[in-house]
Amino acid sequence: MDILSLFVVIPVLTITAILLLKDTRQVRVVSAFGMGLQLLMAGTLVFLYLSARHAGNSDEMLFVKDYLWFKSLNIHYSVGVDGISVAMIALTSLVVFAGIFASWEVEFLRKEFFVSLILLATGVFGFFISIDLFTMFLFYELAVIPMYLLIGIWGTGPKEYSAMKLTLMLMGGSALLLVGLLGIYFNSSPDANRLTFNILEISKVVIPLPAQRIFFPLTFVGFGVLGALFPFHTWSPDGHASAPTAVSMLHAGVLMKLGGYGAFRVAIFLMPEAAHELSWIFIILTSISVVYGAFGAIAQKDLKYINAYSSVSHCGLVLFAVLMMNQTAMNGAIIQMISHGLMTALFFALIGMLYGRTHTRIIYEMGGLMKIIPFLGVCYVIAGLASLGLPGLSGFVAEATIFVGAFQHPELFYRIVTILAVSSIVITAVYVLRVIAILLLGPTTNEHFEHLPDARWFEKISVVTLIGSVAAIGLAPFWLSSMIGTSLHPIIDKIIALNPF
Amino acid sequence: MSSGTFLIMRHELLLIAAALLVLIAEIFGNPEKKSRISLFSIILMGIITAVGFLPSPAGELFGGMYVSSGTRLIMKNILNIGALLVFIQSVTWLNKKENSSKVSEYFILLISTLVGMNLMISAGHFLIFYIGIELATIPIAALAAFDRYKNKSAEAGIKLILSSALSSGVLLYGLSMIYGTTGSMYFNEVSGLFHNNNLQILGFIFFFAGMAFKISIVPFHLWTADVYEGAPVNITSYLSVISKGAAVFILMIILFTVFPVIVATWQKTIFVTSILTMTIGNLFAIRQQNLKRFLAFSSISQAGYIFLGLIGGNQLGMASVIYYVLVYIFSNLGAFGVVIAISNATGKENIDDYNGLYHTNPKLSLIMTLALFSLAGIPPVAGFFGKFFLFTGAAQKGFYLLVLIAVLNTIISLFYYLLVVKAMFINKSENPIAAFKSDFYTRFALGICVAGIVITGFASIIFEAIRNLSFGI
Repeated sequence: MDILSLFVVIPVLTITAILLLKDTRQVRVVSAFGMGLQLLMAGTLVFLYLSARHAGNSDEMLFVKDYLWFKSLNIHYSVGVDGISVAMIALTSLVVFAGIFASWEVEFLRKEFFVSLILLATGVFGFFISIDLFTMFLFYELAVIPMYLLIGIWGTGPKEYSAMKLTLMLMGGSALLLVGLLGIYFNSSPDANRLTFNILEISKVVIPLPAQRIFFPLTFVGFGVLGALFPFHTWSPDGHASAPTAVSMLHAGVLMKLGGYGAFRVAIFLMPEAAHELSWIFIILTSISVVYGAFGAIAQKDLKYINAYSSVSHCGLVLFAVLMMNQTAMNGAIIQMISHGLMTALFFALIGMLYGRTHTRIIYEMGGLMKIIPFLGVCYVIAGLASLGLPGLSGFVAEATIFVGAFQHPELFYRIVTILAVSSIVITAVYVLRVIAILLLGPTTNEHFEHLPDARWFEKISVVTLIGSVAAIGLAPFWLSSMIGTSLHPIIDKIIALNPF
Repeated sequence: MSSGTFLIMRHELLLIAAALLVLIAEIFGNPEKKSRISLFSIILMGIITAVGFLPSPAGELFGGMYVSSGTRLIMKNILNIGALLVFIQSVTWLNKKENSSKVSEYFILLISTLVGMNLMISAGHFLIFYIGIELATIPIAALAAFDRYKNKSAEAGIKLILSSALSSGVLLYGLSMIYGTTGSMYFNEVSGLFHNNNLQILGFIFFFAGMAFKISIVPFHLWTADVYEGAPVNITSYLSVISKGAAVFILMIILFTVFPVIVATWQKTIFVTSILTMTIGNLFAIRQQNLKRFLAFSSISQAGYIFLGLIGGNQLGMASVIYYVLVYIFSNLGAFGVVIAISNATGKENIDDYNGLYHTNPKLSLIMTLALFSLAGIPPVAGFFGKFFLFTGAAQKGFYLLVLIAVLNTIISLFYYLLVVKAMFINKSENPIAAFKSDFYTRFALGICVAGIVITGFASIIFEAIRNLSFGI
C-alpha cells in the first residue's frame, strides 16, 4: 500500500468502523480518531515531500503509483502528488479534522451524519491524489452526492430546495466536464491505440487547436461551476446557508477548491492554447464574481449568506488569478485556495457555534457579544481580519501575490480588470467590519444573551487548529509558496513556450 | 441431430427441458405443496444459468438459420442471470393464496419467453428472428394479465398483445420489403445485397419501427406506462429489464451485421430517437407518483442512453451496451426488488407512501438508494461505469453533441431519482410503512443485486471479457 492510497483507505476504514459500531456515542470519537490519523498522515506527507525535493528529486509528480484498471480503454488507477496537491491535501485534512469537532453535538442520525461527512472527504482526498482523469472524475462525483443528504437531512431553512439546487447545478457542471474529459481523451494521442487519461502523458502532447476550442470551455465551465464562476454561482449562497456547520466548512473550505484546482490542473494545463485564446471571456466573468460577490455580501443580513457571498468573491479571485497564467498570479491562486479554505472554514465553524447559542443568524438580532463570549468574539475578529487581507494573516499573502501577478501583464485590459478586482478588498473591509461592529461591539441588545456560555473544549480544538494554520501561512508564507512554486514550473514552462511576454 | 447440435443449442434445449419438467412436476406433484414448484424452478434456472457459462463451441445450425458465437452466448447468459433474479423475487408473491393455483403456469410461461429471447438472439435468418420475437412476446401478454380478476391487469394484457401484434405487423411489412428487394432472409446474404436503394431503406425503417415498439423507444412508447402499471410488479420488472435487454441485443446484432451498408442512415435514426427517448422518458418520469409508472418511464429513458452505445457501430459501443444491460439488470431489479418487497408486505406503491422509510426500514432504503444511484450513474456504483462507457463509445465516433444531451438528461433523471431518496430519508410521515422483515427469497435476490451493483463496476475483468467478445462494423 502506497502512502497516497492510504488517504482514501483510511476514510473508508473509518466509515466501516462507524458502521460496525453499535453505540452511537462512540461514533464521533472514532471519526475524530480516523481524521486525526489522516491529519498526521498529511503532516507526514508534507515532510516526506519536502525531504524528497530537498534530496534533489525533481520529478513532476512524486510517490507515483500506477495500476492498470480497464485495459482496453487504458484507464489506470494512478496517483501522484506535487507541491500543489500536497498543500491541498494538508488543507483538506485540517478542515475535515476541525469539521468533526465542530459537529460534535449532532444528535439526529449521528452515525449517518459522520458516514456521509467522511464519504465526502474521501471523494475530496481521492480527487487531489489522482493523476488519471477517469479516477479524478469518479472521485469528483463521489464528493458531490453525499452533499445532498447532508444538507437535506441535517440542514436548516429551505434545506430541501437548497440541497436539490446545489446537487443538480454541480452535477450539471460535471456533465459539461464529462464531455470535456472525453474530448481530451480522444485527442490525447495521434495514435488511436495509445489514448490515455493520464494527465502527465497528455501534457506532453499538443491537443489540436480546434478540439481545444470546444473542450476547453466545457472543462473550464465544468470545474468553474464548483468554483462559483459567475453566473453559475447561485447554488453557493443557498447551499451554504442551509448546510449544517461542518458541511458548510467542508464545502466552502475544500469542495469549492476542487473547482479551482481542476480548472488549473486539467483545463489550463492540458489546453493552454485555447486557454490563452479564450481567457478574456472568463477573466471578465471572474471579475464579475469577485466584485459582485463582495457587494452581495454587504446586502445580506444572515451571517451564513454573508459568508457564502464572500466565498463567491474569494473563489472568483482564485479563478481570476489562474486565468492570468503567469507564475506570480498562479502562485497567489494556490495560496488563496489554501488561505480561503482555512479562513472560511473558521468563519462557518464560528457561525455554527454562535447559532448554537443564540439560535439566530440575523446580525441585527445580536449585538455586544464580545463581552459575553470573548473567546468566540476574538476568533471571529481574527477570521474577519484574515478575510479582509490584514498583513500577518494568510489572506494578505494570497491577495497581494495575486494582484502583483495580475498587474504584471502590460496590456490595458489586464490592468483594468485587475484594478476592478482590487476594489473588492475595500468592499470586503466594509462588510467584515460592519458585521463585527453590529455583532460583537456596542451594547448587548438582547437580555436573553447575557448568560451565553463561551466555547467548550471541542469547539476550541476546532477553532484553534484553523486559526493556527491561518496565522502560520500569514507569518511564514515562503515555505508554502516555494513548495508551490517549484511545482508550478512545468505548467508555467508550457505557457511561456506558447506566449513569451 | 448430433451431440454437437445439442451443445450449440444448449441454452434453448435446456430451457425447453426445464419448462417440461416444471409441467411434469405440476401434474405429478403433491397439490398441497405447490410452493415447492417455485423452489424447483429456481434450482433448474440456477443450473441452466451456471451451465451457460461453460465453454461452448461456436457454430451454425440449420444451414445458417441458427448462429451461435461468443457474443451471443454472453448475451444469453446475461439474460439468464436477470431471469433467475426475477424468479427468486417472485416467490413471495406466488406464495400468496390467490396465486397458489397458478405457480407452475407462471414459471412455464416465463421460461417460454426466455426460450424465445434466446432463439431470437441466435437468429441468422429473419424467420427464426421473428419466431423468437413472437415466442418472447405472447406468453408475456398472458403473464401481464396474470391477476385477471383485476381490471388493470387484464387491461395491461390486452394492451400488450394488441400493441405487440401491431408492431409485429409493421416489422413483418419491413421484412417483406427487404425480402422483396434482396431475395433472401439470411442475415449474411441480405447484408451483401443491401444497397442504398429507397425501398430497402423504407423496409429498414419499418423494421426499425417494429423493434422500437419492443424496446419502447419514443414515439413508440405509449403502451409502456399502462402495461407496466397494470401488470403484476414481477412481470413489470421482467418486461422492463429482460425483454428490453433481449430486444436491444438483437437489434444491435442486426444493425451491425445486416445493415452496415446504410450505417449513416441508421445513425441519423438513432440520433433522433435516442434524444427523444431520453428527454421524453425523463420529463414524464418527473410527474409520476406510482413507483411502477415511475420506473417504467425511467426505463424508457434508460433505453435512450443504451442507444448511445449503438450509434457508433464500434466495438467499444457494443461492449458498452452489453455491459450496461448487465449493470441495468442488477440496478433495475434492485429497485424493483424493494418495490416488490414493500408491495407484498403492505400493498403500497406510491412515492408518498415511502416517506420516512429510512427510519423504519433502513436496509431497504439503502438498497433502493444504491439502485437508484446506479440507474442515475453516480459513482462508485456500477451504473457510473456503465454510463461512462456508453458515452465513451459514442464519443469515439465523434457524437459529442449527443453525449452532451445525454449527460444533461442524466441530470434530469438524477432530479427524480433524488425525489425518491428525499421521500425515504428527509420527508417526515405521520404513519410510515411499519418495520417488517422480508423472507429469505427477497433478501437473497436483493443481496445478489447489491453485490452486482457494487462489484460489476470495480471488477474491470467483467468489462474486459465482454469487450473481447464484442465486434464492430
